[in-house]
Amino acid sequence: MTIAVPPASLAADTVRPLVRIVIVGHVDHGKSTLVGRLLHETGSLPEGKLEMLKAVSARRGMPFEWSFLLDALQTERDQGITIDTTQIRFRTPSRDVVLIDAPGHAEFLRNMITGASQADGAVLIIDALEGVRDQTRRHGYLLQLLGIKQVAVVVNKMDRVEFSAARFGDISNEITAHLTSLGVTPTAVIPISAREGDGVAARTDNIAWYDGPTVVEAIDKLTPAQPLDALPLRLAVQAIYKFDDRRIVAGRIESGHLRAGDDIVIMPAGKIAKIKTVEGWPVTPLAGAFGAGRSVGITLDRELFVERGDVIGHAGNAPRDTRRLRARIFWLHDQPLTAGASVLVRLGTRETRANVVAIEKAVDPGDLASEAASEIKRNHVGEIDLSLSQPVAADPADSNPRTGRLVIEINGRIAGGGLVLSVDSGQRAATADIVPVESALLPGERAARYRHNGAVLWFTGLPGSGKTTIARALERRLFDRGGSPILLDGDTLRAGLNSDLGFSPADRAENIRRLAELAAHLAANGHVAIVAAVSPALADRAAARRIAGDRFREIYVATSADVCEQRDPKGHYAKARAGDLPNFTGIGNDYQPPTASELVLDTAGLSVSEAVGQVETMLAQTDVLIEDLADLAAHI
Amino acid sequence: MDHLDALEAQSIYILREAFARLKKLALLWSLGKDSNVMIWLARKAFFGRVPFPALHVDTGKKFPEMYAFRDTYAKEWDLDLRVDPCPPIDSVDPTLPPAARSAARKTEGLKLALAKYGFDGLIAGIRRDEEATRAKERVFSPRGTEGGWDVRDQPPEFWDQFNASPPPGAHLRIHPILHWTEADIWAYTKREGIPIIPLYLSQNGKRYRSLGDQDITFPVDSNAASIDEILLELETTKVPERAGRALDHETEDAFERLRVAGYL
Repeated sequence: MTIAVPPASLAADTVRPLVRIVIVGHVDHGKSTLVGRLLHETGSLPEGKLEMLKAVSARRGMPFEWSFLLDALQTERDQGITIDTTQIRFRTPSRDVVLIDAPGHAEFLRNMITGASQADGAVLIIDALEGVRDQTRRHGYLLQLLGIKQVAVVVNKMDRVEFSAARFGDISNEITAHLTSLGVTPTAVIPISAREGDGVAARTDNIAWYDGPTVVEAIDKLTPAQPLDALPLRLAVQAIYKFDDRRIVAGRIESGHLRAGDDIVIMPAGKIAKIKTVEGWPVTPLAGAFGAGRSVGITLDRELFVERGDVIGHAGNAPRDTRRLRARIFWLHDQPLTAGASVLVRLGTRETRANVVAIEKAVDPGDLASEAASEIKRNHVGEIDLSLSQPVAADPADSNPRTGRLVIEINGRIAGGGLVLSVDSGQRAATADIVPVESALLPGERAARYRHNGAVLWFTGLPGSGKTTIARALERRLFDRGGSPILLDGDTLRAGLNSDLGFSPADRAENIRRLAELAAHLAANGHVAIVAAVSPALADRAAARRIAGDRFREIYVATSADVCEQRDPKGHYAKARAGDLPNFTGIGNDYQPPTASELVLDTAGLSVSEAVGQVETMLAQTDVLIEDLADLAAHI
Repeated sequence: MDHLDALEAQSIYILREAFARLKKLALLWSLGKDSNVMIWLARKAFFGRVPFPALHVDTGKKFPEMYAFRDTYAKEWDLDLRVDPCPPIDSVDPTLPPAARSAARKTEGLKLALAKYGFDGLIAGIRRDEEATRAKERVFSPRGTEGGWDVRDQPPEFWDQFNASPPPGAHLRIHPILHWTEADIWAYTKREGIPIIPLYLSQNGKRYRSLGDQDITFPVDSNAASIDEILLELETTKVPERAGRALDHETEDAFERLRVAGYL
């Protein structure tokens, strides 16, 4: 059967969707025969090509062989314009298709990945006689890793197994189970004989028991890759151009939209600006919104240091900044990737040196056997923990495929690549080469002098609730009794140590993490670190408790919001009401009160001195303050 | 975003990556329809300026219309034009068939220009759909120190992450319109109002599909006298684009040999 469709073309005003499909599978499972058959059945062969193939077959004394079409193309240089060996164009009833031919040999896996990374969907071919092979599984695994979710499976050479429905069922179950375990649901599993034409464009009597789609129908159902417009804005900065008096930030919108007037955040530094104009040529500035895929140039409303590698997002919806990534990668280099390796990582337009802190898993995707996780061999897949020498802006791949993927370069050549599994800004430095230095003092020596053990006293509560007032009075009280209290006020630390952080959720989390690390270090050395920080998020405080361990005491200053606003010691509430402090906790109603703090203080009916007294009692009861010498001796 | 917008955005991305990652770039201008689109795209990418030289490796055998076009638009587009001549024919591999040998002069001229200016990146307007060996190209394609192309050992290239670190003495070919088709080029030329050389339009039943040197390029039968008519012709023709290029047809592997040796 021949489907009458016009030859491939791409007029500018075409409304037919263009789909890119890669054909993958084990060598000799019939890729080239299927390609030849598909071109014929869709009427995409140049004139005279069929006659030429017949002649070639006859000359060799062989039955007609479709695969000669591709073989012929490989040696013939004067072929039709729309047909070539790596990208072949044809049409189905409703689609223009670019067919990407991917070599099946294991040693050409890099070519297969190069081809498949451009595809919207895939056809995975399996020989009915040979069944699912290592290379079949490997290709399935890599398709999933490349983010190709639409996979049509064809079981070819059904004529060699007498069109056995049972044999087809076995292979179908095996490959479906394999793909499903990888998170890919096959769009169809189709029994065919590419050589004879069964199942390619028509269901024949040979496969009368099969009622699913033909290959052409299955391809016709594949859709172009999902538009990325619906995701949050991510603009990968390629360069800053200053060819004239404009300072243009140039880059590509990886996802989402932007337009002039938008409030943006430049990550990883977290700088805030407004888009002044969207620049163009020959017309400029440009009006309207620009979506995913567009290469744009924008100017900002203020002078900021922006550089290649930065990622621009909308205020309140920016990517995370991190120096630590967990990634699932495939490895293409001759030399295995080992823990401790120093590599170059490219994520979007950012390039940074990185250290492979650990290899957490290594798998041969051919037989899915896990291996000793000390290295990832060529053509194998693994999960790694990377420590980056510069912060990067990234998203986990499952929330944004474009900013959640990276490649690894060795000696100036791409050697592997994969998906970001997690963006963990909670773990900054690599622990691999760091040996913490212990204090010269024994743990009890300071306790004996100060008459207290080290502790982190974490005051949380709304702005204006009285945290800092009580913390300062407590600091004075503990010092007067010979102790070593140290006040860590959130605002004070933001003036220095944390001055690079803004008020996005990610920055707030990082602010709390640093406070907790500093406080925990002081507590480990016998001091009482008194932290006064709004710390509105339960999760952030839980993280702080994890960092400080059993030295952590949470004190919830539970003054009501109304009372806090009446006090307004720093004038923040007034500013927030006036709209000048968009991320101010209290007005925004995003404070998450503790559910199990060591102490709750309601300052509405409590003097400062009474509040400090309650803290002291709690500290004595929880073994921070040491009241008598017997206790003291026990700690030495 | 329509089909041409998507092609344009991708090409601009590639041009900006090349400019960001290579130190000494040049754009090869053959004066034909593809490289004219490419220059237009560069002007879009860099907001009206082409921030690297346009290199014309001149065989001296182009059509007069092409030289006129070059001199007009180099000025109008404010290009930093470098015209470098090719060496005499007797410096070229004598085992090549005549037309290929003539074309190979261009490869030699290119090598001389590379040595003279020290370019580490050459932007070239080739397309996958033109010819089978070009279909196998990477977007950033590494060349050896002799300018050669090792088709069997090309680096992986995926997710628009390009290999852009040429070894010392070697260079990269950058192909910003590799993903375009001949029809795309004409549709875009029309949409953007890019000037063209009149030889592409039919006169007396013949026109040039592809413009090369006078001695080895021939017109094909066609009545297409406007871009619209060219687009209609491309919908139905089964004649390959390079049918009028003599060097493609002398022997089966002439073009492949040229490309492996460094031809575009």
